[in-house]
Amino acid sequence: MKDFGYSIRKDRQIDYDKNDKRVLHYLEKHEPSILTCIACGSCTATCSAGNFSDFNIRLVQTLFRRGETEPLKLEIRKCMLCGKCQLVCPRGVNMRNMILAIQTAIDKLK
Amino acid sequence: MMKRGIVIGGGIAGVTAASALAKLGIEVALLEKEPEVGGHLRNWDRLFPSRRKSTEVLQFLTKQINSTISIHTNQKVVSIQEKHGHFVVETEKGLIVEGDSILLATGFELFDASKKEEYGYGIYENVITSVELERMFQDGKGILTQQGTIPKRIGFIHCVGSRDEKVGHLYCSKVCCVTGVKQAIEIKETIPEAEVFGFYMDLRMFDRYFEEMYFEAQQQWGINFIRGRLSECSENPDHSILVKVEDTLTSRPLRMTVDLLVLLVGFIPSAETNQLASMLEIPIGEDGFLEPVDEHTLTNSAQHPGVFLAGALKGPVCISETFADARATAVQMAAYLNPY
Amino acid sequence: MISFNLFVLPFSLGLIYLLYMIARWWYKWISALNPNDKTRFRNGLFSPRFFSAVKEVFLESLIHRKMFKRNALMGYMHMSFALGWFLLIILGNIESRIYSTTHINPPYYPIFLKFFIHDKTVLWFEIYTVPGFFRFIMDLLLLFILSGLALAIVKRSKSRWFGMTRTTHYQLTDKVALTCLWLIFPVRLFAESFTDGYYGGGGGFVTQHLGNLLVLIFQEASQHIAYMLWWTYSLVLGIFFVTLPFSRYWHIPTEILLIFFRHFGIKPQAGHSSFSDVEIGACSRCGVCIDVCQLGVAAHVHDIQAVYFIRSVRDEQVNRDITLRCLVCGRCQQSCPVGIQTDSLRLIERNIFSGSLQSDFGYLPPKTPRQASIVYFAGCMTHLTPGILRAIKGIFLQAGVNYLFLDEQGSVCCGRPMLLSGKHDQAMKLMEANRQLILATQAETLVTSCPICYRMFIEMYDLPMQVVHHSQYILELIKTGKIPLQTHYKKVAYHDPCDLGRGSHVYHAPRELLAKVSDLVHVKNEYEDALCCGGSLGLYTLNPKKRNMVTKNALDILMANQPEIIATACPLCKKTFAKLSDVEVLDIAEMVYPAIPDKTQVTA
Ligand SMILES: Cc1cc2nc3c(=O)[nH]c(=O)nc-3n(C[C@H](O)[C@H](O)[C@H](O)COP(=O)(O)OP(=O)(O)OC[C@H]3O[C@@H](n4cnc5c(N)ncnc54)[C@H](O)[C@@H]3O)c2cc1C
Ligand code: SF4
Ligand code: SF4
Ligand code: SF4
Ligand code: SF4
Ligand code: SF4
Repeated sequence: MKDFGYSIRKDRQIDYDKNDKRVLHYLEKHEPSILTCIACGSCTATCSAGNFSDFNIRLVQTLFRRGETEPLKLEIRKCMLCGKCQLVCPRGVNMRNMILAIQTAIDKLK
Repeated sequence: MMKRGIVIGGGIAGVTAASALAKLGIEVALLEKEPEVGGHLRNWDRLFPSRRKSTEVLQFLTKQINSTISIHTNQKVVSIQEKHGHFVVETEKGLIVEGDSILLATGFELFDASKKEEYGYGIYENVITSVELERMFQDGKGILTQQGTIPKRIGFIHCVGSRDEKVGHLYCSKVCCVTGVKQAIEIKETIPEAEVFGFYMDLRMFDRYFEEMYFEAQQQWGINFIRGRLSECSENPDHSILVKVEDTLTSRPLRMTVDLLVLLVGFIPSAETNQLASMLEIPIGEDGFLEPVDEHTLTNSAQHPGVFLAGALKGPVCISETFADARATAVQMAAYLNPY
Repeated sequence: MISFNLFVLPFSLGLIYLLYMIARWWYKWISALNPNDKTRFRNGLFSPRFFSAVKEVFLESLIHRKMFKRNALMGYMHMSFALGWFLLIILGNIESRIYSTTHINPPYYPIFLKFFIHDKTVLWFEIYTVPGFFRFIMDLLLLFILSGLALAIVKRSKSRWFGMTRTTHYQLTDKVALTCLWLIFPVRLFAESFTDGYYGGGGGFVTQHLGNLLVLIFQEASQHIAYMLWWTYSLVLGIFFVTLPFSRYWHIPTEILLIFFRHFGIKPQAGHSSFSDVEIGACSRCGVCIDVCQLGVAAHVHDIQAVYFIRSVRDEQVNRDITLRCLVCGRCQQSCPVGIQTDSLRLIERNIFSGSLQSDFGYLPPKTPRQASIVYFAGCMTHLTPGILRAIKGIFLQAGVNYLFLDEQGSVCCGRPMLLSGKHDQAMKLMEANRQLILATQAETLVTSCPICYRMFIEMYDLPMQVVHHSQYILELIKTGKIPLQTHYKKVAYHDPCDLGRGSHVYHAPRELLAKVSDLVHVKNEYEDALCCGGSLGLYTLNPKKRNMVTKNALDILMANQPEIIATACPLCKKTFAKLSDVEVLDIAEMVYPAIPDKTQVTA
């Protein structure tokens, strides 16, 4: 690709040092079960919203862990809060409260 | 007077310990609830990592048994009582055996896969467990679907009943990963044209030659590993199985039809064992397995003087570990009975 | 001449203040109603519903009928105070009218009647009726109230006798009001007795005898003591009235307004409204909701029960945790003697505490399902219980039902889980999507396996078709002879799912169905009093360990009569119980399916 001196693509790198981990910290406090995710993907496989869209609830968790807050804002809107994911999670991650808590944390960022 | 030891459970652990005790000159009684000794080993066709026949190990085991051990098969122990440092063991059939020390080697149970309803075991005909697959290998009639066809695609599901808060078992069963890889290779040996997939979260190749077996599975047998845990499956009209996982490495949901789905069931604590343990007030750990005196230094003694623990009742173990553990326990017990 | 004495002032001023407060708040609440509800209120005032409301006020606020049903002792205690005092006032008024010598009869007059009129023996009324009628009846009422007081004192230490293991804590104003309330009637007794004894002949069978005795002891001092006691009586009344609006007793006038609201058809809103304010005010802190809450009983969570939750809202102390930690099982709502809709109050707060989520379901494809007269909707959870699906498919096949499996390729959530987060508007988006899908099938009958969906379809979807839960549908199939049964009876305990039972009042069909294939054993908590399995989607914040404690507790109660199978009618209940149960847990459909003889095989 030619370098025009600017790019419409986001930096591919996750800049962990600079990233804002406030959402993660809020969640650690208000829904500590998120700490135990082993990224098995069962939640995504069963997800009602994921059945109709590219929504990936497992990836959502990986994103806030890395401090990638921006994409969360639009992603969590897709969740139906149906709770199917929670019913299969081998670690007992409480995804429904997690979604609400992510939103609350984002509200607080403003 | 000659001191007497009682070994409860005639699996690898029990038989090995009993023979070791006999060699150390101690009179032993061995109680086994099944008609024959050997325990779970009898259910396996070939063993990881080398895929030798389990009968070889079984033969070794039975050869160890000599006349100084009094073996009582078909005797399920239902009660253990202690009277003045003296143990009285009673079986379901009313046999009473007395001794000065107890060695518990009652092993483990297998996870009941129907407890994970969304995996369809007991509901979909072509969902089987790794234990049933072993039986198919033992029977030697080939690997077939319930409809009698040769499966073209086979899936292995790791961690069924293990590492799962939803069934109350947070621990890893340790041997099912290796078992899965071993069975995948065996399927390829039997049906070379079959496609074989393992659905895993982590592949735990913890012991000698295990990683090599994994390497062989990929290199020589072309077995595929997909990192994603099964959420649920459904049955197609032709009785094949549709599995739903997330392919976590591409972050996309993945659907796949398999003709046979094998659930790698794990160890669970045996209810019977825990009942016996509670009679002796031996603590049961958070995972449901028995707790020895010390997790590092005294893994063979129970927290009850004169009682010793060997084998899988302390948690998931493979065969080599069981042998070593049983012998060590026998030494501990002998030292207790005949202090130098 | 108007009878007057300075001591009537505390009472009179207190009463004026209380009436002012009631008028002010009632006015405030009524005028804050939305225009529609205001019209409802206005129309209600001039309709028969007004009288039905008055009747309920009488039954609930005075007689405490619901309280009686829960616990007779507690009902009696409340009734003796409320009804006793009420009758004392009414009869006291009549009495004072009869004996009064003036036309002007100030409100304090009947209260302190004995102070103003000592001799009531020669009046015309009693010559024609029973002599001493009022003296007798007024003493009897006083005794009635005092017996309630005695119970109240016992209750402080022996709350278990009143069917309660935990009670609520008192705040300062509560303590002041309570002390005054407890003092009012004993003080009245002694004030009257001293007066009757001193002046002779004015008292009834209690006050006169007690009075005579007292005067014997205190002699001349009795007159002063009596006067002091009248002062005290007025003072405690006055203080009670002034503290009442700031104490738990404020629920009394509030509950009366609530009863009118309800009878006039005013309903809870999705957000804060006059109705919810009145409900919050109407909570009497009776604490009945504490002992029915499984989170307290089984999981040692002791700060979220309706009474505490309502208090925290009232005191503006409410927080995210208290709000989101609740099964929304409806058990407290079911048992609340005031009829407060605790579930909807909870959801109103949740809307505030669950963040500003703006859902976007734009990804849902516009679907064009084929048309079918019978449509089956499994629901999200049923996809995780293939045993139920296999049974349903099998039953339908055997019965020759030609149906469309609407969500075979995955469900759009019914919206209740979202609703339970308080996000009413977001839930509406889901409901609308699902509703369009259902409508497009032009179905006559919609069958679902999930009680959560069932409740939503009935309550919120406004569907122009018959909506049934599969237990009802299968029962119909059996009754119309579509499926033969070859029963093999086993002992079964039935668990009422919250949303099917308390939520939708379907209690009968599942039982009738089960009775055809099993021996139902008695379960301590059943029907309206059924327990939650612990899996409720209403519960947002509780760790799995504590959740399991709720499940274990419910299981223990189901297992009390040693059933061989636990049957339920909900995939979520089934999964929740199966996790911890020692016996098999089956859905009703799975109970029926194996009982059908000579089946053709099906794929699940
Ligand atoms: C699917 C699977 C495959 C495996 N394959 C391999 C492999 O290939 N290689 C390998 O190294 N390991 C393998 N293992 C592990 C191996 O099976 C165990 O390490 C071994 O069986 C443990 O032996 P044990 O004697 O402790 O217990 P067990 O084998 O469980 O023996 C316990 C014995 O006690 C008896 N008993 C129980 N209760 C009573 C009672 N109350 N009274 C009397 N008797 C009683 C039982 O009948 C049994 O005979 C596998 C495990 C699984 C689950
Ligand atoms: S609650 Fe949200 S993330 Fe979980 S399964 Fe339902 S839609 Fe997916
Ligand atoms: S199911 Fe649970 S453990 Fe697995 S990825 Fe989802 S949240 Fe993590
Ligand atoms: S050994 Fe492998 S399959 Fe077995 S529980 Fe552990 S990780 Fe899962
Ligand atoms: S909510 Fe109802 S049951 Fe609970 S304390 Fe208030 S009035 Fe009593
Ligand atoms: S709805 Fe249920 S869990 Fe919530 S407070 Fe009431 S009784 Fe307790």
